[in-house]
Amino acid sequence: MSEKPLLDIEDLTVTFPTRQGDFQAVRGVSFTLGRERLGIVGESGSGKSMTGRAILRLIRPPGRVEAGKLALGGTDLLKLSEREMQKIRGQRISMVMQDPKFSLNPVMRIGDQIMEIYRFHTGAGKRAAYEKAIEMLEAVSIRDPERVMRAYPHEMSGGMGQRIMIAMMMVTEPDILIADEPTSALDVSVQTQVLSIMDRLVRERGMGLIFISHDLNLVASFCDRVLIMYAGKIVEVCDADRLHEARHPYTRGLLGSLPRLDEPRRHLEVLKRDPAWLDAPSVSGRQ
Amino acid sequence: MSRLAFRDLCVWFGEGEGRVDAVKHATFEVPSGASFGLVGESGSGKSTILRALMGLAPNWSGEMVVGERRLGAKRDRAFYKEVQMVFQDPYASLHPRHSVDQVLSEVLKLHGFSDIDRRVNALLADVGLGPGYRFRYPHQLSGGQRQRVAIARALAPEPSVLLLDEPTSALDVSVQAEVLNLLTDLREEHGLTYLMVSHDLAVIAHMCEATAVMQNGEIVEMLSVEDMRAMRAGHPYTRHLLESASGYNPNAEQMA
Ligand SMILES: Nc1ncnc2c1ncn2[C@@H]1O[C@H](COP(=O)(O)OP(=O)(O)OP(=O)(O)O)[C@@H](O)[C@H]1O
Ligand SMILES: Nc1ncnc2c1ncn2[C@@H]1O[C@H](COP(=O)(O)OP(=O)(O)OP(=O)(O)O)[C@@H](O)[C@H]1O
Ligand SMILES: [Mg+2]
Ligand SMILES: [Mg+2]
Repeated sequence: MSEKPLLDIEDLTVTFPTRQGDFQAVRGVSFTLGRERLGIVGESGSGKSMTGRAILRLIRPPGRVEAGKLALGGTDLLKLSEREMQKIRGQRISMVMQDPKFSLNPVMRIGDQIMEIYRFHTGAGKRAAYEKAIEMLEAVSIRDPERVMRAYPHEMSGGMGQRIMIAMMMVTEPDILIADEPTSALDVSVQTQVLSIMDRLVRERGMGLIFISHDLNLVASFCDRVLIMYAGKIVEVCDADRLHEARHPYTRGLLGSLPRLDEPRRHLEVLKRDPAWLDAPSVSGRQ
Repeated sequence: MSRLAFRDLCVWFGEGEGRVDAVKHATFEVPSGASFGLVGESGSGKSTILRALMGLAPNWSGEMVVGERRLGAKRDRAFYKEVQMVFQDPYASLHPRHSVDQVLSEVLKLHGFSDIDRRVNALLADVGLGPGYRFRYPHQLSGGQRQRVAIARALAPEPSVLLLDEPTSALDVSVQAEVLNLLTDLREEHGLTYLMVSHDLAVIAHMCEATAVMQNGEIVEMLSVEDMRAMRAGHPYTRHLLESASGYNPNAEQMA
């Protein structure tokens, strides 16, 4: 990539003090993000979400974020005040969190939540915000947007909550979208629609997308590049369309544990972890 | 003999203009010892069918039968001894301040068991968690471990039917493999009947002999596992579902 990256990260660590000493959830990760779809895969607990949250400096104390470099274009994110950081969040970098229901306010109508975000970021009037909210709900294939605008989060199915979160993040048209398991509760037709919306934002508006997912087939077919994380490090980087040729035994193990329509079996393969994986240095995802 | 039967089941929420018809005239049967899938669009009523069976949806019509028993408005303790559910969200379904031991002991006491200590250990062993997990709290468990606890809790009353709502969609693929293997073994060992919701057809084909496909509150098609593997489907939505099982297809949107 000849163009300057949107995001440049070097030696990122996230540390939580615990009673048994410091625990490093992210251990020296380096990568760049261009105007591309960058996938992050890896098993549960490997540090995917913490990597995403660290970029937005959303790690709650006493947890801490350190990095050799954490740059958004020419801006050093580590040097910004909390106030300045608030402007970055949403305006320039948005994140769709893994637990949609926890991120929505349970006692506020969905429509009011979307309109509030939109008005906060654009200063638009009520009428315009209402129309924008309806438009975004339609864009994520909500069948009856007027009902959903009036509804409370508990009245929504799992996948509806997830789509509402996506609609909410997109009303602000960020430069970078970090989507953490954005489609895990969606059925395929809605998933396809949500992905094609993100895809358009990358291709037409030049947005950078970090796509965190458990779904290896999805990442292989949707993303441009993939980082594979294990125990807080990147163990392998590859072009998404070559994910199925990945070499690392951990990546191979993840691929092998998928049920397949064309290959019935009684038991699925289960990952056997090698202690040596823990000590190998993190692979760089910079380019 | 059929373990579960749904005939012309309708479930709705609200009334008047705010009425939502979540399930419309659903009819299907699950034979004893079988594993049956529900797949379909988000919001199509899959969870609602399970919740209606569990007595968690107040407005319904039609017929629901478990074994020989036709269900009415209320469920008694005997029902919950026979039928248990594992919920969609492993993060929300365990009480944050109850240890694994408390969760399991409580259910066991509720169902009148006396040898609680032995049973808690046996349940943990059943779901592949060592005794070291017995006194942990949910925040000290990974997503997969939490889902194992939720399964152990469902198994505690020794049910013959398990309702599984997206039991692995919040889990990564290696943990998913562990949980699915566990469910396969438990079904064999205890002769359980499963009714399982998932949006992943590969998972349904791995676990179930047949599935119903839902869209907008209705069952639009029934598929056998052979149909799924041969990618045989009559309804356009089902075809789309089968094609997407292998990943993102940018041209699929126009088709849907
Ligand atoms: N507040 C905290 N204190 C201590 N450890 C934490 C804290 N928050 C997260 N962790 C640990 O950090 C590690 C990385 O967590 P992270 O949420 O990034 O995982 P993940 O890769 O997103 O997993 P999943 O696929 O399950 O979402 C985990 O081992 C987790 O237990
Ligand atoms: N408590 C409620 N009040 C009002 N409407 C509800 C309630 N619970 C569910 N619904 C509606 O019923 C419909 C079916 O929801 P359900 O949860 O069964 O969908 P689902 O097929 O399980 O979807 P998903 O795959 O997204 O979990 C949705 O339109 C939903 O908004
Ligand atoms: Mg995560
Ligand atoms: Mg559901």
